[in-house]
Amino acid sequence: MHRYIVGRVLLVIPTLLGAAALVFLLMRLIPGDICVVRLASGGGTFNAHAVELCHAEIGLDRPILVQFFDFVYGLFRFDFGLSMWSGKPVAYEIIVRLPVSIEVALLATIVAIAIAIPLGTISALKQNTWIDVVVRTVAIAGIATPSFWLGIVVILGVLEVTNIFFGSPWMPPIDYVPLWQDPIRNLSLVFFPAITVGYRYAAVTMRMTRSAMLEVLGEDYIRTARAKGLIENLVINRHALKNALLPVITLIGIEFAFLIGGLVVTEQVFNLNGIGRLFVLAVQNQDYTLTQALVMLTVVVFVLCNLAVDLCYAWIDPRIRYA
Amino acid sequence: MKNLTARLAAACLALAAPAAGAAETPKHGGTLTYMIPADAPPSFDGHRETTFATVHSIAPFYSVLIRVNPQNPASTTDFVCDLCTEMPKPTDDGKTYTFKIRSGVKFHDGSPLTAADVAESWHFVIHPPEGVVSARQSYFIMVDKVEAPDPTTVVFRLKFASNAFLPGLADPFAVIYKKEILDRDPHWYEKNVMGSGPFKFAGYDLGQSIKGVRDPNYYHKGQPYLDGFTAIYAPKQAVRIDALRAGRADMEFRGLPPSARDELVKELGDKVVVQSSDWNCGNIVTPNHKKKPFDDVRVRRALALAIDQWHGAPALAKIANVQTVGGVVFPGSPLAATKEELEKIAGFWPDIEKSRAEARRLLKEAGAENLSFELLNRNVDQPYKFVGTWVIDQWSKIGVTATQRVVPTGPWFEAMRSGNFDVVVEANCQGVVNPLMDVGKYLPHSAYSENYGQFDDPEEIKIYDQMVHETDFEKQRDLMRQFETLVLDTHAHAYQTLWWRRIIPMRSYVKGWKISPSHYVNQDLANIWLDK
Repeated sequence: MHRYIVGRVLLVIPTLLGAAALVFLLMRLIPGDICVVRLASGGGTFNAHAVELCHAEIGLDRPILVQFFDFVYGLFRFDFGLSMWSGKPVAYEIIVRLPVSIEVALLATIVAIAIAIPLGTISALKQNTWIDVVVRTVAIAGIATPSFWLGIVVILGVLEVTNIFFGSPWMPPIDYVPLWQDPIRNLSLVFFPAITVGYRYAAVTMRMTRSAMLEVLGEDYIRTARAKGLIENLVINRHALKNALLPVITLIGIEFAFLIGGLVVTEQVFNLNGIGRLFVLAVQNQDYTLTQALVMLTVVVFVLCNLAVDLCYAWIDPRIRYA
Repeated sequence: MKNLTARLAAACLALAAPAAGAAETPKHGGTLTYMIPADAPPSFDGHRETTFATVHSIAPFYSVLIRVNPQNPASTTDFVCDLCTEMPKPTDDGKTYTFKIRSGVKFHDGSPLTAADVAESWHFVIHPPEGVVSARQSYFIMVDKVEAPDPTTVVFRLKFASNAFLPGLADPFAVIYKKEILDRDPHWYEKNVMGSGPFKFAGYDLGQSIKGVRDPNYYHKGQPYLDGFTAIYAPKQAVRIDALRAGRADMEFRGLPPSARDELVKELGDKVVVQSSDWNCGNIVTPNHKKKPFDDVRVRRALALAIDQWHGAPALAKIANVQTVGGVVFPGSPLAATKEELEKIAGFWPDIEKSRAEARRLLKEAGAENLSFELLNRNVDQPYKFVGTWVIDQWSKIGVTATQRVVPTGPWFEAMRSGNFDVVVEANCQGVVNPLMDVGKYLPHSAYSENYGQFDDPEEIKIYDQMVHETDFEKQRDLMRQFETLVLDTHAHAYQTLWWRRIIPMRSYVKGWKISPSHYVNQDLANIWLDK
């Protein structure tokens, strides 16, 4: 098992190198110049010398191959350089924003699991009844509804409802404080994006849980367990659910990985200073170093989440062993 | 609609009422929470940056030498001292300005601010040392040197007298830094804040917010009135509107569109007041002179003649941040053209049918009757895309077919700089109204690096040079009319579309702040107080 884990971790390296080359190339294909954007976007005037100075400051005056090797060499030293836009270390830019994204992702995952697994199971057990129809409708609505639109509607809804019932509108705070500093303010900020994102997340997971359960419930060993006289709760929880969870865990893992850095629009809607918003900023500003680092982070998160999912498989299903 | 109109009028009247009656006495205390409609600024260095995100973040921490009068910021000529003791009269035929600096001013680290700090800060703006970027260096081509002969005197020696100098000196980005720090590390202020302004730096959460607390030793006695402020970065408009509605923030300083104003007035009634002003920003439509048929002045004039500015203004003002018809000079400035003067210029004729008939004639004469091209525009709604869509519609009235290609800011700049466009919607957005410098945008690229029209025009440069050197106001105004006619009509290098309109809704308990034509100006918060 240890050899398996080490092998999987080492596989990150070629994946990262491939992603590094791709993002390096793609960013430089986009027309535009970060120095011009920075100097000219406010309507001010500047001369060519100012642009040259800026290029020299951020290393854009170096040959492209030198820039690439510098980037790759930095990857191996965990030195991602400085943000071309702000001049601050890229690692610092990311670390400051990571807690927000992780908190929302974790909460959304908890919401999703808490909703999806029970409802998906019930839907499977009550297949083709009105309960099943309701749950499936809720799931399809969740998949079909863009989470950013839902976020806007949720905020508007909260404003209107509080206005009606309390006489003045209320909305979540628009600036983040860490959980340990002010738990109530923190949770009132992240609660709504977590619910919004968690709903869609739950919808997808609910569907997977339902179909996995339906498949498992049709297996011979379930029929055998019932024939032996086991109570239904034990049949579901001990036999059916555990086997149905395998594809569900895969989905949860992939979705969680996506949430770190993928909540681009949701973070904008709720004014969350997270990785998704940073991604947008980095691409808009053509901040090569920051964009490259964020892509690397995303790759690492996906790889590690997939590894965690595979290890969970082995824990849940004793038949699965990794050499 | 009638109800909304009545509420809007009430919101604006509520603002005017204190001026009509007895002046209110400012209350001390409280924290102002405002929003900055941007992500975090690239740096805190006002000398280097051009984005409002920087000045909205740092202005409360710093002093400037002179500034637009905060009690009369709508004026384009009313400048008052901040660090100086009185506005000097120029000597030496208008080429020498001697400022006396206040005594007893301290930086927030307790060290005294002297003329040497002022002179060095200005030296960095006008003649930056090697390796230092100054975004506004070209505004001060008239300055020869800046000296501090003693701790309370700063002398600006000009190469030639110019009316553009004082407005340039009031630039809100030209904040005063400590000489000792600049000498030690010229880039220190990019990442750090330490000034002598009404508020001391209290913290910065990267990408989130910046905070300041009152400086009890501020040299304008009695100010600031606030205990502190929190500025939250909120790039999304919907977030800012909702935050104002729910009281999560008190205001923002850039501007919201008419629809946002209407929504807030409708929802909040007398809890919101609205200030609005012409904005020293306007969209310019520029044809690429190197691409056929835009190398033909008849085609360029035809496109100008097709646009009905006078009727377009009231219609567009309902949905976009635009309002006032004007020429190349900010409409509120003494150098601006009157309506009668404008109406003589192509694109501003009062009879639009006659104007369009002339446009069609010109196109026919130039062999460009079924002209079709692409209009490049920036991917920003207000008001770029509105203006772009509008001009396309106007051109369709003379048989011209234009399609709009919208791109993000980076590719937009790149296309303009490389000349890879037919016609482009760009903007001329300046700070303190300084017409002589502001109209530099219309100069050919050889004289102004940010002109993308791909043309040269020695006649235009000659008139501009004369204008900048002219100190007699009437002669200068006459030269400005010649310049304007040449740019917009005779050679039709570009089309000045409607000037932007700045709309600031804010919670009605916010008092003391007055709107100006620039979202860069009057941002130090010293005169703001909260009536609650």
